[in-house]
Amino acid sequence: MAAPAFKNGLVRWIDHRLPVFSFLHHELHEYPTPKNLSYWWNFGSLAGIVLVIMIATGIFLAMHYTPHTLYAFDSVERIMRDVNYGWLIRYIHMNGASFFFIVVYIHIFRGMYYGSYKAPRELLWILGVVILLLMMATAFMGYVLPWGQMSFWGATVITNLFSAIPVVGDWIVTWLWGGFSVDNPTLNRFFSLHYLLPFLIVAVVMLHMVALHRFGSGNPLGIDVKGPQDSIPFHPYYTAKDSFGLGVFLILFAGVVFFAPNLFGEPDNYIPANPMVTPPHIVPEWYFLPYYAILRAIPNKLLGVIAMFASILVLFILPWLDTARVRSAKFRPTYRKFFWVLVIDCFVLGYVGANPPEGWFVITGQIATAYYFFHFLILLPVLGLIERPLPLPQSISAPVLKPAEGKA
Amino acid sequence: MRRLISAVALLLAFGTAAEAAEAVKPPKQHWSFSGIFGTFDRASLQRGFQVYKEGCAACHAVTQLSYRDLKGIGYQEDDIKAIAAQAKVMDGPNDAGEMFERVGRPSDKFVRPFPNENAARAGNNGAFPPDLSMIAKARVGGPDYVYGVLVGYVPPPAGVTVADGMHFNTYFPGQQIAMPAPLNVDGVPYQDGTKATVEQQAKDVTTFLTWASEPTLEARKQMGIKVLIFLIVFTGILYAAKRKVWASVH
Amino acid sequence: MAEAATATRGHAEGETRRDFIYLAAGGMGVVGAAAVAWPFISFMNPSADVLALSTTEVDLKPVQEGMAITVTWRGKPVFVRKRTKAEIDAAAATPLSALPDPQPDSARAKKPEWLILVGVCTHLGCVPLGQKTADPKGEFGGWFCPCHGSHYDTSGRIRKGPAPKNLEVPAYAFLDDTTIRIG
Repeated sequence: MAAPAFKNGLVRWIDHRLPVFSFLHHELHEYPTPKNLSYWWNFGSLAGIVLVIMIATGIFLAMHYTPHTLYAFDSVERIMRDVNYGWLIRYIHMNGASFFFIVVYIHIFRGMYYGSYKAPRELLWILGVVILLLMMATAFMGYVLPWGQMSFWGATVITNLFSAIPVVGDWIVTWLWGGFSVDNPTLNRFFSLHYLLPFLIVAVVMLHMVALHRFGSGNPLGIDVKGPQDSIPFHPYYTAKDSFGLGVFLILFAGVVFFAPNLFGEPDNYIPANPMVTPPHIVPEWYFLPYYAILRAIPNKLLGVIAMFASILVLFILPWLDTARVRSAKFRPTYRKFFWVLVIDCFVLGYVGANPPEGWFVITGQIATAYYFFHFLILLPVLGLIERPLPLPQSISAPVLKPAEGKA
Repeated sequence: MRRLISAVALLLAFGTAAEAAEAVKPPKQHWSFSGIFGTFDRASLQRGFQVYKEGCAACHAVTQLSYRDLKGIGYQEDDIKAIAAQAKVMDGPNDAGEMFERVGRPSDKFVRPFPNENAARAGNNGAFPPDLSMIAKARVGGPDYVYGVLVGYVPPPAGVTVADGMHFNTYFPGQQIAMPAPLNVDGVPYQDGTKATVEQQAKDVTTFLTWASEPTLEARKQMGIKVLIFLIVFTGILYAAKRKVWASVH
Repeated sequence: MAEAATATRGHAEGETRRDFIYLAAGGMGVVGAAAVAWPFISFMNPSADVLALSTTEVDLKPVQEGMAITVTWRGKPVFVRKRTKAEIDAAAATPLSALPDPQPDSARAKKPEWLILVGVCTHLGCVPLGQKTADPKGEFGGWFCPCHGSHYDTSGRIRKGPAPKNLEVPAYAFLDDTTIRIG
């Protein structure tokens, strides 16, 4: 690849010494992208933009936030009431977390539907799972910072999960807390880490991008790009498409931020933390509900915790659990049905997680949990071997070209 | 481990207790501040503030509010100074190293009726009157719930025994509340000729408390409308641009 | 020929409309980004509770002649000095030509015996010495900034050293004979 000839003299001067413009040209303009990407491929870049929004609003919020048990709640309320546009920036950050998970979950399920994790993109997928784990840790610690009732009791319950570890469990929990309960040292370290982890996410996102650009995006057909007729430059085609998608996203996001900012929140978190009184119904944020349901589905404490972590860790080995040779569910009629069953299963788990563990919720949660692991550990390996995929098109252009050929 | 088990046990106990006397969901009311164009009714806010000041304030704090915030419900600077001046604020230490009382200023936070939770409990038969500055956001149901509790005092139905010092309330979780019915007909002398029924007072004070929970609500909605209009037009243009860019791709 | 001409014109019109849409999209993007920047900039400005605290009342009764007290206003020290007759005369007698930042003493004190100054050196923001009896007061009997050696006179005016301006006189008002409100 030859360095492009830039018209602007200053750009040429800089690029000769620091080839950032060549890099951008290469990654955006020359970077060949399959021409048949659907709107489901918008969510990757969208997630990146939400990450930037979260970091920007977070850095500003930290300028007025006080990480101390006596002041944290009031400092957040001061941001909401007295700081100029504080309510806006805080509501963007608070709801941004929910929208980040919505976007990332869609991105993940898109990857599952179209087999984006299959060779040669296994590491791309694994880096994505690492990002998800880092996001979960960041979101959890961020939720503690306003120091409301849900912050405190969420922190107490989640950190107590580690007490399930045999022998060293209690020691680990004390270490996490920096004391004998969730208290000021805990709040301080959570603030410190909540500020740090997003930058780790940025680093892993960059690796995710490097891995992506090695083989380029997958596509809805799941077949490889065969030549220049199958691809178009990322810019302007996908920059234009992503910009439009971003516009639609921002309309929905602004709708919630301005007109229903507490939609995803719990009223209890507007009560200052009280270590003496647990609220009658403690639930995690919505994006943790399916894992919470898996935790509660198993009546043994240690096994419940293991199952919960396993529900995410299983994604690491997904590229090898799925034995099918065909990537896209478009050509896997049976897998396609089970994919949607898994989606419904996750919603059922979320619904169970939001409700108290009583009555039929218990058995429903257990069945849904069992199905979740059945899908990944048994169904995918077996289905890949026995399913007969539909015939694949010759190339990305082929299905489009065919009618044209017929006409001629 | 024991801690978690007891926490879970506590949680279950709470859950079942709440279930045993499941409170009735308070009916939805019409509020001036609901909807995307909603704004606070200023007259209702000021009446509501009067109800708070002459009733609730004897037991309930609104720690997040400062006197200067009253500008947001339509009071002028001089009114606010006069309201603040009615309060005695503890300040200090002075040059002699002693705390002293002074007259309140607009920059002061609302003075709380009790210096701390223990004092509040001691003065209220062991019950703690919650801080009301966030009440409309901190309860499921929000303003409808606050209004519901204020008007929800009825004689207990047959077969229900109300514990000593408790009162029956249709909408309060568990239906037994330590606070006696706080509002009485004409309990607050309204200046603007509005009839001070219990419902009217409840409505006004709920409006005031909703404002207290989020004084920036109006600014938020007004900005939201502008932002949405901008984004919808912008997204339309982005869609047109995308169509143009893609016109040549087959 | 005619056909070719029409085709060309049609093409050109398409081009213009396309350019307009790109310009509109880019323009709105720039406007949107600028509008987003403002809340963030404003966020860092003083908040409502900080602005509300921007006045301080000072009781002058305990201050003896020749003494000074330091009070806090907007997080900065304010010097309140009850000047002696000799100090007032010295300040009034100084010819304006001797001052780097010429200002008569009468313009700096509402009542000659009371001098109210923001106690922040106009050079780089240190707090000058001279409030306590034992402090060095500089060559002109007022204040001396230890950071870079600026000397202020009994009216708080810069006389020697790197500071460019006189010590600032804050806005203040006498509420009665013995109380002032700063701010």
